[in-house]
Amino acid sequence: MFAFCTDPATLDPLRWFSCYLTNGAHFLFYQSFLVVFALLAVTAPVSLAFGFAAASASRSHILPVAWLGKLYTAMVRGVPDIVFFLFFILVLDQGIEYLRHQIACPEWAEEIRQGANFLVCPEARTPSSNAPQWVHEVYGFSLAVFTYAIVFGAFCGNVLYGAMRAVPHAQLETGAAYGMSRAQVFWRILVPQMWIYALPGLGNIWLILIKATPLLFLLGIEDIVYWARELGGSRNSVYQYPHPDWRFWYFLALLVFYLCLTRVSEIGLARLTGHLSRGQATAAGDTLRKAAT
Amino acid sequence: MICAEALQDYGLRALGIGERLLPQTDISLCQQIVLIGSGMMWNVYFGILALGFGFFFAVALAVAKASPARLIRKPAEWFIFIFRGSPLFIQFFMVYEAFVMLPRVGIEFTFLGVEIAAETRWFARAWLGALIVLFLNTSAYTAEIFYGALRNVPKGDLDAADAYGLSGWKRFRRITFPTTMRLAWPAYTNEAIFLFHATALVFFSSFPAFQQRGDALYYANYFADRTFNPFVPYPIVAFYFVVLTLLIILIFGRINVRLNRHLPNGQRTRLRIRPQLMR
Repeated sequence: MFAFCTDPATLDPLRWFSCYLTNGAHFLFYQSFLVVFALLAVTAPVSLAFGFAAASASRSHILPVAWLGKLYTAMVRGVPDIVFFLFFILVLDQGIEYLRHQIACPEWAEEIRQGANFLVCPEARTPSSNAPQWVHEVYGFSLAVFTYAIVFGAFCGNVLYGAMRAVPHAQLETGAAYGMSRAQVFWRILVPQMWIYALPGLGNIWLILIKATPLLFLLGIEDIVYWARELGGSRNSVYQYPHPDWRFWYFLALLVFYLCLTRVSEIGLARLTGHLSRGQATAAGDTLRKAAT
Repeated sequence: MICAEALQDYGLRALGIGERLLPQTDISLCQQIVLIGSGMMWNVYFGILALGFGFFFAVALAVAKASPARLIRKPAEWFIFIFRGSPLFIQFFMVYEAFVMLPRVGIEFTFLGVEIAAETRWFARAWLGALIVLFLNTSAYTAEIFYGALRNVPKGDLDAADAYGLSGWKRFRRITFPTTMRLAWPAYTNEAIFLFHATALVFFSSFPAFQQRGDALYYANYFADRTFNPFVPYPIVAFYFVVLTLLIILIFGRINVRLNRHLPNGQRTRLRIRPQLMR
């Protein structure tokens, strides 16, 4: 990075660190922080959509649909989430390969499950074995995002279902009295008002989602935990920057990173709550109204 | 019968008793159920001890956080923020690395007439190191729950205590503390469930499973890797955890009833079980 970095062994500590922290491997480490943000940015809306679908389904008058919605949201209770993470990533992987196998090679005679093996025809391999490295990485990341979305979608479904029930029933009846159809009442009265009731729960889920991001490491993604372990391990004098076992300090840095992220989110959520409380029939909304007049 | 054989071989495998090699090929359903169940012993061990020790520390922390003295309040606030604001997964990694860096020393002391040779190496083992992390973590979460409840103790109760001449420690022990527990209990039940779920992370963070003595998820993951079939081992773990969760709800529900026994029916705090949150 810097011109004086050619021979690190001769440098004083300050320059040594400025060289060490800007070498190629560290840039990969810094990039992996972007993976965390990418995961948050994609997972949050997708799981919100899953949750919304689940909550709407739970309210449905068609019984099987309501059961499906309730089953989905109830599924994640009582079982550690990490079990779902490890489970879904395999199931999704095998499911996709199985489906493509059925489509691509219907005349395949052999069993797919042979003892401890899961064998599909070569055309159904996902991603195909000669695909470039980035395809493999993107595929792995997409599977991870989908897994997160399934689990956190169920959490969101739970919260949104509660929020929909918290909207004063008189409001919905008023809508019906004005001759609105069920769909109109849902979209024009229920949905705009439910967010303020959902926000504490959704905020909580957001904080939990942040704290769940290091689990990407378990799903085989090269995320910040992976790089912290890689870079922190001790290096002998064969390497350009020899150092003892520094993994503790790397994890300390990650800890501080997550603390900052949590703090910033808390402040942001507090602002959002204030914004959404305007004009609502809640205590906070009432306080705002009084302050305005 | 084959199942009895599996029980004999692997029933206590998680403690290192029984067959040394884990099943390699031709893994039967019995073996999976028995071995994963054997791993559950670790989850229960971590959960009960962390929760048991954590309770007392959490009460102290909550009182400290509610203290008007800055010098007492600030450390408690920071402790709670650090352990609640960061992922448990990272905490495991960090503490493990810190324990590995400890100098290797052994101390010998007699405890109740028994010679014990304690070594700092133990800190890097899951049974002690992970327990310490879980203890600190649950203390922080529980302290926040207790702190919230402490602030919600009805003012009338405290006024009444004053009127009766109760103050200081006596007031805390007879009035404040029981009411705090009563108010905090539903949330604390969730925290307990939560903690038992968190124990599944132990062997997936850096704590190694010494001689493949792991917890339920460790063995489930082993089977899933071996058979490449996630549809058997993971539902078994899920089943064990659901049973464990129901057991916790049952026990904590009993305690909740006892804490509320002096109140008329309408005013009792109900248990609302929402154990779906991860740390």
